[in-house]
Amino acid sequence: MATLVQAIRLALHVGEERHGVTDIFGQDVGPPLGGVFTQTQGLRSAWNSPLDERGIVGAAIGLALAGQRPVAEIQFCDYAFNMVDLLKLAGGICWSSAGDWNCPMVLMTPVGSGIRGSIYHSHSFDAQATRVPGWKIVMPSTPLDAYGLMLSAILDPNPVMYLAPKALLRTKGAHFERIPGEPEDERVLSKMIDAPLGDRSKWRPEWPDVKDVLVPIGQARVCRRGKDVTVVTYGRTVTVAMQAAEALAAEQIDVEVIDLRSLAPYDWPAIEASVRKTRRVCFLNEDTEVTNFGEHLLRRTVEELFYELEAPPKLLAGAHVPGIGLADALERASVPQADKVTTTLRELARHQP
Amino acid sequence: MISTIPRDPGGAEESALSPELLVRLHDRMLLSRCLEERLIRMNKQGDGFFWVGGPGEEALNTALGLLVHKGQGPAFDYLHLHYRSTATLLAMGAEPIDTLRQMKNTATDPYSAGRNFCNHYSVRKWNVAPVSSPIEVQFSMAIGTAIAQRRTGATGITVVQGGDAGTAEGDFSSCLVWCSRPSFELPCLMIIANNRWGISTPASEMHAERNIADRGAPFGIKSAVVDGNDAESCYRALEKAMDYVRHERRPFLLEAMVSRLYGHSSASGANFVPDEPDCLVLFEKKLEERRILTRTAMDELRAKYTQQLLEASKRVREEPQPRGEEIWKHVFAEKDVVREGLGPRAVTRNGTH
Repeated sequence: MATLVQAIRLALHVGEERHGVTDIFGQDVGPPLGGVFTQTQGLRSAWNSPLDERGIVGAAIGLALAGQRPVAEIQFCDYAFNMVDLLKLAGGICWSSAGDWNCPMVLMTPVGSGIRGSIYHSHSFDAQATRVPGWKIVMPSTPLDAYGLMLSAILDPNPVMYLAPKALLRTKGAHFERIPGEPEDERVLSKMIDAPLGDRSKWRPEWPDVKDVLVPIGQARVCRRGKDVTVVTYGRTVTVAMQAAEALAAEQIDVEVIDLRSLAPYDWPAIEASVRKTRRVCFLNEDTEVTNFGEHLLRRTVEELFYELEAPPKLLAGAHVPGIGLADALERASVPQADKVTTTLRELARHQP
Repeated sequence: MISTIPRDPGGAEESALSPELLVRLHDRMLLSRCLEERLIRMNKQGDGFFWVGGPGEEALNTALGLLVHKGQGPAFDYLHLHYRSTATLLAMGAEPIDTLRQMKNTATDPYSAGRNFCNHYSVRKWNVAPVSSPIEVQFSMAIGTAIAQRRTGATGITVVQGGDAGTAEGDFSSCLVWCSRPSFELPCLMIIANNRWGISTPASEMHAERNIADRGAPFGIKSAVVDGNDAESCYRALEKAMDYVRHERRPFLLEAMVSRLYGHSSASGANFVPDEPDCLVLFEKKLEERRILTRTAMDELRAKYTQQLLEASKRVREEPQPRGEEIWKHVFAEKDVVREGLGPRAVTRNGTH
C-alpha cells in the first residue's frame, strides 16, 4: 500500500517512462537526496537546480515552450512568494498570445501545516494559487488521487500547480484505493522504490509495473455520503473532516464530506448537488481566512443557493496571523482542529431556521 | 555619447559587409523607424492607448533579425525579446501592418488579438516567445529553452534581450548562474541594449559597474561591448557572438550601447530626443559616402514607407475590435499546440540532464 509520497513518485516514474516527462527538477530534487520528502528518489529525469525559485519556474516555462514536459518543484510553498509574477506569466501565456502558445508544465510544492514546520514550512498556498488565472490547481488527500492527479497534470496542455499536503505525505490510503500494479505488501514496495540510508550512489529502484489511472482535473470526490450537513474541503483537512464526521455519526448526525481535489477548475456541480441535499454547508481549509478560497465558494453558495439553505453557511479556515508558531498550542490555535470542526458541523446540523 | 567600440568581441580582422547586405540592413532599419513613427502618430491621434518601442535600437535589432536561424522548435533559435524589438521582427519578415493592428488593439492583431500593448510580439512558428511588459522575466524563461537546446544536438540557440536597467532584477542573475554551471553550460546569447535609462532614472543612479558586460567575467561568460549605433559593428558583433554560442554551446553576454530616440514610451511624451546619436542617420551618411545608396534613393524609400504605413493605418482603423465576451477564450489551452507544432520527433531527452 503506497503512501501519498510514494504515489507521487510512482506517477512521476510513469510520467517519465510513458508520458514524455523530460525534466523533474528543483532544489535537492535530484540524487543523492531525491527531494526533502523523498518524492523524487530514483527518477531518471530528476536533477538538482540552483537554489533559485525564479530560475526554477522560468526554466520550466522555457522548457514547456520548447516542447519538453517539465515537472518543477518549489521545495516548500513558503518559498514561492519571490516568483509569484512568474506564475502570472505562465498562467497568461496562452491567453495573452491569444492561443498562439500553450505552456504545459507541472509545478509541485508541499503545502500546509501538520509537521511542526514553524513560520516558513507551514504556509498554505491555495488562496494565493487560486488568485492566478490560467493555472489548473490540484491538491490530493489520498495516495490514489495523488497518483491519478499527477498523471492528469502531466498530460494537461496547461500549467498545473500540484499542491501536496505535507502532513499527509506519509499516510496510506484505504484498502480499496490501491494503485493498480503496486505490490500487495507495503514492505515489498518500500524495498523496491525507497532509497537506502547512507551511500546511494549504486542504488537503482526497481519500479513496479503500475497502470495508468487518471483522476480528471476538476472533479471532486465524495469521501463520505451523508444527508444532514455538507463539508467541502481539500488536502490535509479532508482527514480532519472525516474524523469529525465519524464523531458525529455517533450522535446520529450524518455528514457528507466532499474532497474538492481540484481548486481550478473546481467542481461546482458537486457542491451544488450536495448543498441542495443537506441544505447546510461548511467550507473547511487551513489557509488564512481573509480572502480565502473557501470565502469564494461561500459567496457563490450564498448568491446561487441562498433559498436552498436552512442554516448560515460557515467558513472554517486558518487564523489571519503572519505565520504558524512552532509550539504545539500555537499551531493548534492557528489551523482548524477536529474538535472545532465537529462543533461547527453539529451546530450547523442542529440549527433551526 | 558613444562613438567607439570599447572591446572587439572576437578580435579578428573585420572584412566589409557586402553592399547587398548593407542595403538590406538599411531597408529594414528604415522600415522599422517609419513604423515606430507611425505608431507614435497613431497613439497621439487616439488610434491606440499606449506606445512603447525601439527607435534608436534599429541597428542592433535589425542585425539580430537578419542573423537569426528562423523556425519552430529547439533546432532553431528561440527569441526572448523585449518591447523595443520591432526591427528584429521586421528583419525576420513580420508584416508591418500587424504591428499597427496590435497598436489599434484590433481583433485581427495576430500577436494578442487586441489584448496587449504594441510591440509585444508572439510568433510561435518563429520561436518568438510572448513579449511581456515586466522587465527581465524573459531572462528566466530563456534558461528553459536553452536547456532544451543543449540536449538536441542541433545548432539552435536561445537569444534573450533586455535593457540595462532591468539587469538589476534577479532574473538577469538567474540567467548568468544557470547558463554557466560547470559541465552544464547553456547555448544562450544574452543581449543588453544599454540606453543608459530606466524610464526616467539615469544609469548613474542605478548601477556602478563600468560595463554590464563585465558581469559575465566572474561566471566565465565571454562578453563584448559594441557600439549599438553602428549597424556594421552590430552585425559583426552579433555574427561572432551567435557563431560562438551556436558552435561552442556556451553562453555569451553582448552589451550594445544604444540610443533611446523617443523616450521611454508615450507616458513620457514620445517626442524625438535630438541630443542622442541616431543609428539610422549615421548609417545613411556612411552609405551615401560609400556610394552604396544615394540621398535621393533613401529619401524616396522613406517617403514610400511612410505613405504605405499611413494607408495601412487607415485600413486598420476599419478593422473589427474584439468583443467583450472573447475574454473567456484561451484562459486554458484545449490542446497542446506547442507539441503539435513540433511534430512527432520534436521531444528529445537523451542521456542525463
